[in-house]
Amino acid sequence: MASGIRDKVAILGMGCSKFGERWDANAEDLMVEAYTEALADAGIESSAIDAAWLATALDEQHVGKSAVPVATALRLPYIPATRVENYCASGTESFRGAVYAVAAGACDIALAVGVEKLKDTGYGGLPQRARGTVNDLFWPNVSAPGSFAQLASAYTSKHKMNKADLKRAMGHVSVKSHDNGLLNEKAHLRRKIDIDMVLNAAMIAEPLGLFDCCGVSDGSACAIVTTPEIARSLGKQDLVTVKALQLSVSNGRELQYNDWDGSYFHTTRVAAERAYKEAGIKDPRSQLSMIEVHDCFSVTELVTMEDLHISEEGRASFDILDGFYDAGGQVPCQLDGGLKCFGHPIGATGLRMIYEMYLQLQGRAGARQLENDPVLGLTHNLGGFPSQNVSSVTIVGREGA
Amino acid sequence: MSVGLLGFGAYLPQSRLQRKSIAAAHGWFEPSLVGLGRGERTMAAWDEDSNTLSVEAGRACLAGSDRRQVDGLYIGSTSFPFLDRQNSVLVSEALGLSSALQTFDLAGSQRAGTSALLAALKGAATGETGLVIGADNRRTKAASVGEMTYGDGAAALLVGEGDVIATLVGSHTRSVDFIDHFRTAQSEFDYQWEARWIRDEGLMKIVPESVNALLQNTGIDAGRIAHFCCPIGSSKDQKALARKLGLRAEALQDTLESNCGNTGAAHALLMLIGALEAAKPGELIMVLGFGQGCDVLLFETTDALAQLPAATGLKVCLANRCEEENYFKYLAFNDLITMEHGLRAETDKNTALSAAYRNKALTTGFIGGKCSQCGTEQIPVAPICVNPQCGGVGTQEPHPFADAVASLNSYTSDRLTYSLNPPAYYGMIQFAEGGRIMIDFADVVAEQGLEVGMSMRMVFRIRDYDHKRGFRRYYWKAAPIYPGSGA
Repeated sequence: MASGIRDKVAILGMGCSKFGERWDANAEDLMVEAYTEALADAGIESSAIDAAWLATALDEQHVGKSAVPVATALRLPYIPATRVENYCASGTESFRGAVYAVAAGACDIALAVGVEKLKDTGYGGLPQRARGTVNDLFWPNVSAPGSFAQLASAYTSKHKMNKADLKRAMGHVSVKSHDNGLLNEKAHLRRKIDIDMVLNAAMIAEPLGLFDCCGVSDGSACAIVTTPEIARSLGKQDLVTVKALQLSVSNGRELQYNDWDGSYFHTTRVAAERAYKEAGIKDPRSQLSMIEVHDCFSVTELVTMEDLHISEEGRASFDILDGFYDAGGQVPCQLDGGLKCFGHPIGATGLRMIYEMYLQLQGRAGARQLENDPVLGLTHNLGGFPSQNVSSVTIVGREGA
Repeated sequence: MSVGLLGFGAYLPQSRLQRKSIAAAHGWFEPSLVGLGRGERTMAAWDEDSNTLSVEAGRACLAGSDRRQVDGLYIGSTSFPFLDRQNSVLVSEALGLSSALQTFDLAGSQRAGTSALLAALKGAATGETGLVIGADNRRTKAASVGEMTYGDGAAALLVGEGDVIATLVGSHTRSVDFIDHFRTAQSEFDYQWEARWIRDEGLMKIVPESVNALLQNTGIDAGRIAHFCCPIGSSKDQKALARKLGLRAEALQDTLESNCGNTGAAHALLMLIGALEAAKPGELIMVLGFGQGCDVLLFETTDALAQLPAATGLKVCLANRCEEENYFKYLAFNDLITMEHGLRAETDKNTALSAAYRNKALTTGFIGGKCSQCGTEQIPVAPICVNPQCGGVGTQEPHPFADAVASLNSYTSDRLTYSLNPPAYYGMIQFAEGGRIMIDFADVVAEQGLEVGMSMRMVFRIRDYDHKRGFRRYYWKAAPIYPGSGA
């Protein structure tokens, strides 16, 4: 039986570009912005890196195929480099590649870079594009908000919940993330909002209004990982190590077999259970110091609180309205503003979440730094649609925790 | 054994464009339209064309009967979307008919519907069962009379030998190159000549010649005809015609001008269905098709008519209606106005014909699979069974889902994704016997909305228009079954 990844790999350095409508920058510029920060943080030269992974989801919008764009932009020294894509979990996938390479002993130091340049489409929201020759013959005409909005109809039906009550709890999710994003200089959206603005905003896909949807942004994030021993040999102390890296991918059962009710993410539940086991976490509600989840839409964050087994099923809206997930709450969620406000450059998103955990665990999160000495942080990504998706759960924390 | 009609079915799009909305838009320009601005006309949805109308009428007609018995499919229409790709073959596959089938696209005249019926009746005399469909949704110029008076719809009749509901007594056809209007391969719209001339030289001359010829051949007195289905001429003109022919005034079948509009090649068949719904056994029904001459058919209803199970005919279709007062929607759906569709509409909709052919059981027939190992029904069909307890490889037999009723699992109304009729409604539906699918919805009535758990039925629709190449692809959508809709 595999023993898992716990404490085998340490984060040596991280970087993250400013997210937003980066009219000034190509994808290559964004990668360099994140990479130079990470390199300085790690205290190494490019020549020390043994292998690299590039994450980008919609390569047709910017860099194109292969890992050549990252090797060229960063002038990597003819090392192995690989491009990965797994919907919105792509960033976490690049991290997984780098971490596994170090854990396997194949590399001493590995690099993960995620980038997305989405604001060259000419319109708001994700690009509307073909989905494959055969899929285009029968897939519905979905947008991302329309796809995730369906969670709400299934959730209220299952829990016999008033639609307006759910909408209000979803609204608090967004208000909280805007409050947090206000304190983050790298965030795309920095504007305080209130619940009435959320409830009265234009409808995008029922019941998701404008403020129930995350920003679509340009940005890049990057991680350099190594073994704890090498990190210490380079003078690092108070290491942040990887505790768990789990991924679960739909196999068509939710979409085609009649035993899923549409109100939750089966994959997230599977990935979370495996991740807690790998990290040795028995009670996530009391043990996790903070979380960053894939809040592409407010309703996604709401049901994810249950899928991560932090809120009981059917109780997430109560915890949310109680402030349990607010910055001052018991398990703060989206301290950096989340996808909602930090922004969502797809390939960078998973790494951006880990970046926030890394800063918080090292006490370097500035104005939004948690004061109670965080020990364990969880990040979660979700790509695709509720009925067929990729879900990742990553846990990082202080070495030995 | 008698040859005649075995059953019928009709389909009218649920939207009824209020003619006063058309008059309000154009009265300033063409005051004569104001007088026509009464009542309503059927209006096809953006994703309907004569092929989808045909499929729905065909399904209504074949409900409960063995589709494999059909030997021939005869479709009459002047608005076939494809000039070279037989439309009736597409319709036959959507209807799940046998591929050992004769198919005919009969076009080129408003009388295409009755000519299709005559051809099928000839086949029936040699023992063949034919499905006859008339369907039209004709594009018209803005501010034209046709825009006011036309309607969109389809009518289907099952024709053959056996326990017929109406026997063919006789028929007569006269071919005359009388051009009341025309449309060419190069022209988008009808070019129409003066209505008074059409009335005097067509309705009052060509029609009587044809009708009288048939009456003479059959030795039947015009006064015995109980239902006279004439798809042209106003009701006022038809009264004059009835006087001239010696018909009883009450024999004149409703022309549907007030509540439907003229459905072109479908109209004579639609009126025939109306007559069959009203008729008692042993009554004579005369049906006319007019266009470059005249088809006249005479039927006599039988005792079997009274035993025919309730069908989706004209009555149900007329009752299932939603008023539409937005004339601009009509312009948009029929591509009659240059609209800004936005960058999201620019997605390339090219169809790989090879992939479409390989997957047409799903896209045209809505056929999924049933696992021969565990019995799980699933759609689309997959190489490995979706039941996690089974996992059988290559075990699925074709299983049709098109006529199964589903229940709604989840839904949304989406204003972000591109749709010609926003918001786009879609969601997941689930079939009681197994199988579920994420799919686009059609015919959602905003005021009535959607609820998890409600029943949905499948309808055949246009999925995408590829404007770059002039192609369109079809697929199935789920439509809510609202209480009292009759559907």
